[in-house]
Amino acid sequence: MSDPEKPATIDFSPASLDRLFQAHRSEFDRDLADAHNDTGREAVRIKWLGRKQGKLALYSSGYMQQAPSPDAKKEVGRRFNELKQHVESRLEGLASGSQSETAAGEAAIDVTLPGMRRRPGAEHPLIKTMHEIVAVFEAMGYSIGVGPEVETDYYNFESLNFPPNHPARDTQDTLLIAGQEAKPLRERLLMRTHTSPVQMRTMERQPPPVRIVIPGKVHRNDAADATHSPIFHQVEGLCVDENITFSDLKGTLDHAMKALFGSAVKTRFFPSFFPFTEPSADVQISCIFCGGSGCRKCKQSGWIELLGCGMVDPAVFAFAAQKQPAYDAGKISGFAFGMGVERLAMMKYGVSDIGQFYSGDVRFLEQFG
Amino acid sequence: MKILSNWLRSYLPGLTAGDRELAEALTLRGIAAEGIFDLGPGKGFLFEMDITTNRVDAMNHYGIAREAAAIYGLALAPLEAPLPAASGATQPAVEVRIEAPDLCGRFTARALSGVRIQPSGGAVRERFALLEQKLISNAVDATNYVTLAMGHPTHAFDRDKVEGAIILRRARKSERLKTLDGVDRLLDPEDLVVADERKVLALAGVMGGWETMIAPETKNVLVEAAWFDPLSIRRSSKRHGLHTDASHRFERGADFNAPPLASALVSQLLLSSGGSVEGELVDVIVPDAMARTAGRAAIPLRRGEVRRILGATEDGRGVDWERSQLVLEALGCSLQVEGPDACRVTLPSWRLDLEREIDLIEEIARIYGYNRFANTLPGFSGAVVSPPERAKEDTARRSLLAVGWSEAISSSFCSAADADMFAPQPGITVAVANPLSEEAGMLRPSLAPGMLAMLAYNLNRDVYDVQLFEIGTCFSAAPGRVDERPALSLGLAGSSAASPHLPSRPFGFYDLKGAVEELLERFSIRSIYFDALPSGAGPAPAWLHPLRSARAVADGETVACFGELAPAQARQRKLRQTVFVGEIYLDRLYRLPLRRPIARELSRFQPVRRDFSFIFPASVRWQQIASALDELSLADLAAFAPREIFRGETVRDSRAKDGKRPAGGLPADHYSILIGTTFQSFTGTLRDEELQRYSEAVVAALESLGGKQRG
Repeated sequence: MSDPEKPATIDFSPASLDRLFQAHRSEFDRDLADAHNDTGREAVRIKWLGRKQGKLALYSSGYMQQAPSPDAKKEVGRRFNELKQHVESRLEGLASGSQSETAAGEAAIDVTLPGMRRRPGAEHPLIKTMHEIVAVFEAMGYSIGVGPEVETDYYNFESLNFPPNHPARDTQDTLLIAGQEAKPLRERLLMRTHTSPVQMRTMERQPPPVRIVIPGKVHRNDAADATHSPIFHQVEGLCVDENITFSDLKGTLDHAMKALFGSAVKTRFFPSFFPFTEPSADVQISCIFCGGSGCRKCKQSGWIELLGCGMVDPAVFAFAAQKQPAYDAGKISGFAFGMGVERLAMMKYGVSDIGQFYSGDVRFLEQFG
Repeated sequence: MKILSNWLRSYLPGLTAGDRELAEALTLRGIAAEGIFDLGPGKGFLFEMDITTNRVDAMNHYGIAREAAAIYGLALAPLEAPLPAASGATQPAVEVRIEAPDLCGRFTARALSGVRIQPSGGAVRERFALLEQKLISNAVDATNYVTLAMGHPTHAFDRDKVEGAIILRRARKSERLKTLDGVDRLLDPEDLVVADERKVLALAGVMGGWETMIAPETKNVLVEAAWFDPLSIRRSSKRHGLHTDASHRFERGADFNAPPLASALVSQLLLSSGGSVEGELVDVIVPDAMARTAGRAAIPLRRGEVRRILGATEDGRGVDWERSQLVLEALGCSLQVEGPDACRVTLPSWRLDLEREIDLIEEIARIYGYNRFANTLPGFSGAVVSPPERAKEDTARRSLLAVGWSEAISSSFCSAADADMFAPQPGITVAVANPLSEEAGMLRPSLAPGMLAMLAYNLNRDVYDVQLFEIGTCFSAAPGRVDERPALSLGLAGSSAASPHLPSRPFGFYDLKGAVEELLERFSIRSIYFDALPSGAGPAPAWLHPLRSARAVADGETVACFGELAPAQARQRKLRQTVFVGEIYLDRLYRLPLRRPIARELSRFQPVRRDFSFIFPASVRWQQIASALDELSLADLAAFAPREIFRGETVRDSRAKDGKRPAGGLPADHYSILIGTTFQSFTGTLRDEELQRYSEAVVAALESLGGKQRG
């Protein structure tokens, strides 16, 4: 690489010209492959493209001078231009970092391998479901209410018209806090069995009108199986004002169910019994899976039971009126409703075992990401 | 309960609706037929009914027939049981004394003589077969049959084993009774018993006694039909763990007027296989009890109130007032009209659930049909407010979800050992009086045990990469109450596997710390620092590794404790993998406002980066280095960060004093660090002499901490 050589006398037959230029090209490629850094590559550039002593300059003048005929000149010129293009583009490509040409022996990447992902965490299906329900009622003018998970007997039962020793209490197996025996019954602490105590706490705090939606965790003394859990979640609602009617209750829940499940969903109401509402109702929605024609999820009935609700019992207003006299059952009226979040989430996501919600099983949770 | 459609029809001669239609009509009125089963030609249907606890009157065939009569506007056949005239003297065959009038409101006794105890036949046998009800003997079956027919429980005693008068009294201390189920029970002085002059015969309203049980050789029978105080029955039933068909009905409020009819129906059935009535029916009534039930005063019903509560109907006409009155009458009320828009309603003795005007309004709506009311929306007044913590919880949750932590929910309960271990202070744990299991005997004082349980759950199932958080409530005892605080737990194990074919990186302490930092950065904190947990007393949780755990202190409050799980805890939980766990005290964090981003001016001039390579004694923490650089107060020092840290490895060296020496050319107990800095000015491009001055200041600050610049 030290002294630029003067081209030897050459044979101008096309075949030998091809061989000659191929040899030059290979030499250049070797030079470039041997250059491992910018300095080396700069040396290669000078060796080949140097204005006076560069190989291409030498070849150009040397071969052209020797060419015996215009045809031979043309043959040389064409090959020379190809070589020059090759040298320039390779050196240029390296300089600009372009990938348009690849180094010898460089393999293509396997674009079919999985990409490097930074996955966001998965929302818990129960919390996600709870938020969806709450959002519907927020859009209808409901504020969010919250309350303690450890409640007194008064708020969980008595003020909601479950008198002491009433059989209605049997339907809600209650987990009791230890060491409460010395207290009067109404002050004894227990794990709230429903989110309804927040209704009373809210009414005690503020006069009507009231519109609240109450999401929360509740507990019952139910042994765990595929559909029962000592822990579960409810969303409860309360609307109190002048002239709130049973048809308002129907319309509100019908609207909410359509907002949650689509405008094709129908609702129907059945008389039921809850101590804190009168009249009381259970609400079914037309099956969100089959549209009402009957499927496995709705047990072929076309309907799914989703809510309990009713007009607030005047006895409940009487308890609230002890602190807020504006809850006069003769002047105001209201409705309340409640739904189980687990039941809805199990149906919506096809979960067969309620226990999976509380296991922390990553395989289960990541499905909701 | 099981109901036969044909049995219902026997009380509804005018009913033309089919069985399926009837079941649907009842269900829509809250008398829910959960399942209906075709029993075959001529046998009608069996309805599996779910009757709500308030409707004890409908827990029998006649009661449900009454509902159907009201729905369809049909006549209900009367229930009657004419008995043959009493033989012999008209003198009562038995004396009844109610000594506990607060617990027993009415007691009837009828004596039957010369009866034949034999298997039941006829309608009883037929209907019991369809209901899959066990046949016992005609006497026992008769009482069960009447309960199914019209709902009033009765009892039959072997009269020859009764000694003297029948006495309704409280049990005496230490008194015992062997009940029909063969259990010898110690009675409570609050239990109401049916006794004779020498012994207890029955636990009133709950279960009869063994001694006076009807036997094949029984000849003379005493039929009891009574009314007991609901609360008393409920307490006895609970006390003895005995829930029977009789107690179920009495504790929900039986019909005060039913005993004579129930007694007659039972007697009629029993006499159909022989025997005669002896003497008149003995019927002892407690006037107070009667006044509270069958003799209740009439209540008002106003047309305007019906409208005010029920609102609009689909046909736009509203609930029909005339029809409402007919419905109430069909249900057994008697109405006294008081002008065009009001009436007074006398309530039926079998509907103790009806007490107030609103109860009548519910009955009207129920029979009218809920789905015939319109769907209206109330007008809106008032403002929408959210609890102040809501936006904060939402922010915390979303920031963790965004950086790859999945959300979990664990049990609210923990074991006593975990409660003690994880409680932030001793003596604040809260026990459950009636826990589901010992492992769930306490309210959780921290979310950490639940998080560790979830980590273990995954690792035990060969799921090694876990990155979970939970937001939930922790409980602690305070005098007279239980305090609740919101908390957030983090659990981390395994490695970050971005892609299966690329090398994964094991999670470490700094991954956990990063999550904590990410979360805290959402809040507006004036000063924050992290430090190692002070060992021994104080806030250092024993469940964290003493060398690889930390706390975060924001504006003077500890807001988080986190780190590697303590080895003892890991062993106890059989966790072979390294796991990281942390708890963030959201109650404290929520006192801080959320950070509101404020846009800063950006410099137009070129930044200059300078690296400083130093060796420090191991005792110098990054926090000290950062503070020293901060204290330089160089306005143009735009950023600095630790880049490469090398602690060297200890290699064996027999010549060294302790047999070890550090490798990598570092003195013992020293580490090297490359500190990257960025200088940038808002006023112009930095000149060499300025940079030189800054560099010297940085070097001086680092040297003052005991650092030595590397060449």
